Amino acid sequence: MLESLLNPALVLILGGLLVPLLRDLPRKLFMLALPVAGLALMVWLPTGDGGVVHMFGVTLETLRIDKLSFIFGVIFHIAALLAVIYALHLKDTVQHVAALVYAGAAIGAVLAGDLITLMIYWELTALSSVFLIWARRTERAYHVGMRYLIIQVASGVVLIAGIAVRYVMTGSVDFERMSLDEPGAWLILLAFGIKCAFPFLHNWLQDAYPEATVTGTVVLSAFTTKLAIYALARGFAGTEMLIWIGAVMTAFPIFFAVIENDLRRVLAYSLNNQLGFMVVGIGIGTELAINGAAAHAFAHILYKSLLFMAMGAVLFRVGTIKASELGGLYKSMPWTATFCIIGSLSISAFPLMSGFVTKSMILTAVAEEHLWVIWLVLLFASAGVLDHSGIKIPFFSFFAHDSGKRCDEAPMNMLVAMGLTAALCIGIGIYPQPLYSLLPYSVDYNAYTTTHVITQLQLLLFAALAFAVLYRRGWYPPEIPALNLDTDWLYRYAGRRVMDGAVAVTQGTGDAAARLGAYCWAQFDRHALSGVREQGWLASVWRSSTLVWWAAALIGLVTLIGLLQ
Amino acid sequence: MNNHEPGWLDKPRNVTRIVYTLYAICVLLLIADLLYTKHVHFAFEGWFGFFPLVGFAAYLFIVMSAKLLRRLIARPEDYYERKQRGGSNDA
Repeated sequence: MLESLLNPALVLILGGLLVPLLRDLPRKLFMLALPVAGLALMVWLPTGDGGVVHMFGVTLETLRIDKLSFIFGVIFHIAALLAVIYALHLKDTVQHVAALVYAGAAIGAVLAGDLITLMIYWELTALSSVFLIWARRTERAYHVGMRYLIIQVASGVVLIAGIAVRYVMTGSVDFERMSLDEPGAWLILLAFGIKCAFPFLHNWLQDAYPEATVTGTVVLSAFTTKLAIYALARGFAGTEMLIWIGAVMTAFPIFFAVIENDLRRVLAYSLNNQLGFMVVGIGIGTELAINGAAAHAFAHILYKSLLFMAMGAVLFRVGTIKASELGGLYKSMPWTATFCIIGSLSISAFPLMSGFVTKSMILTAVAEEHLWVIWLVLLFASAGVLDHSGIKIPFFSFFAHDSGKRCDEAPMNMLVAMGLTAALCIGIGIYPQPLYSLLPYSVDYNAYTTTHVITQLQLLLFAALAFAVLYRRGWYPPEIPALNLDTDWLYRYAGRRVMDGAVAVTQGTGDAAARLGAYCWAQFDRHALSGVREQGWLASVWRSSTLVWWAAALIGLVTLIGLLQ
Repeated sequence: MNNHEPGWLDKPRNVTRIVYTLYAICVLLLIADLLYTKHVHFAFEGWFGFFPLVGFAAYLFIVMSAKLLRRLIARPEDYYERKQRGGSNDA
């Protein structure tokens, strides 16, 4: 029982809860030490299942360290450390505690050996992360947070239902690969799908992430969706349906990202698109594909964090992140601009950058299965990535026209966090072997073939050429302050209208029912009750003969009933 | 660097230089297709200029169709906030 406390997740969660006791420098050092200690503990712990806890007659394995959980555990610790550095200037205790507990919960979930442990941490990620949105402390953030929390908790409830069905039918709560015919598997897949932002279940992501605090969005972007990617890779690898779901995910957010004005929301759409690549890899399920999904998740967490950090720094310094109000910031924030460009090159998968050595594993896995339609969709989506994350993000914030805005460079701790993340993005791109050695299966893959380098450069630079032509001719859609409808319209507008309608109908029916009731009561009162009141017919003085008649009739009735029996 | 002096990139001449450099690189990359043996999974990958074409065409298609999409789904920024106050336009 005691050894089950030796869990990296608990280091971050319990450590996070102690943060309010400390101030200033000790607090900063303590927060920096937590992810390092967690990672050290995870490396030190033996591989295999452990952390056994007996609860309500069920045996839980709260700790499972194997190749698949280990790589996600490693990148979650790194992401947590980078996020702590990025938020080091912050005095808001709530955000520090929430970020550490949230990171710890995500780590606990990927290290969970059974479904019940997974579910507990799954819910904790939802409950802790919402504070990163609420910490914005605006009315809008409050509403966004509530929507986010409802959807996240719904995912947990669906997961509980799936686990319950599975436990009753099979008596097992093991978290292993399952097929969709198994009891409860569809519910579990749906729960994962909500957190993974499957098409039509996606919009909580674009709704909530851009409304969190400057540092909160960086933390949010790393964990929840990649936890879902891990869960899918563990539970549903090789499920063919995921190939198609993933392909749709890579394609549709691109169009929204092109016209979105809030640059952190552009990144949220881009995040959705990147998840699609990983889901395709999981759906294919071959060793190369699962390696690709895990490697891409690893690289993606870094460059996506980097991009959110850069945009967060702009928001922090300028006070807005709307593309229509930005431009020309490279003079004020040269370092942030440089780091942002490194993130953009990485996500676009330029050679020598991290995305190049990871995304191509997934594309190669698709090609090896001869799925040419999917392969073309992914290629198409890769050109789309270049637009929204490769060009739009750095171009409209740091270049384009001079918005006239002047500000200071980002704070030193933010620059350090961005610099470290950028170094990792380049490091993985140039020397991917350490990352490859962490992957679930042994790697026999070389991204740097002549064909791959040249074709990738052709794809990207001709897409950039298209941008240059469109922009210089004035055909590129201008950045305008506007909001774009997405599926959240269904519950934020249509749902509201339906509810208003239902309330009106209920109220109308209620009014009608109340009027009918009042009328009936009035009639009853006038005809029946008036009799018993003073002066009423029942209360008036009756003649004794009347009573005799009633008595005779009653006796007659009783006799008649007696005879009939 | 907090001054109002135009930066290097504010001069149109320099921007044009960058764009022409991009054009030149693209031409070189297209020529490169003739100079090596492509290792491909699908036959169509081997066609001359396949990847440049996909990159350019996909980009044009995405941006132009997104412009149409904007007509369909763009709304004022306070669209939802306005509706939350009981449907009145008092925002």
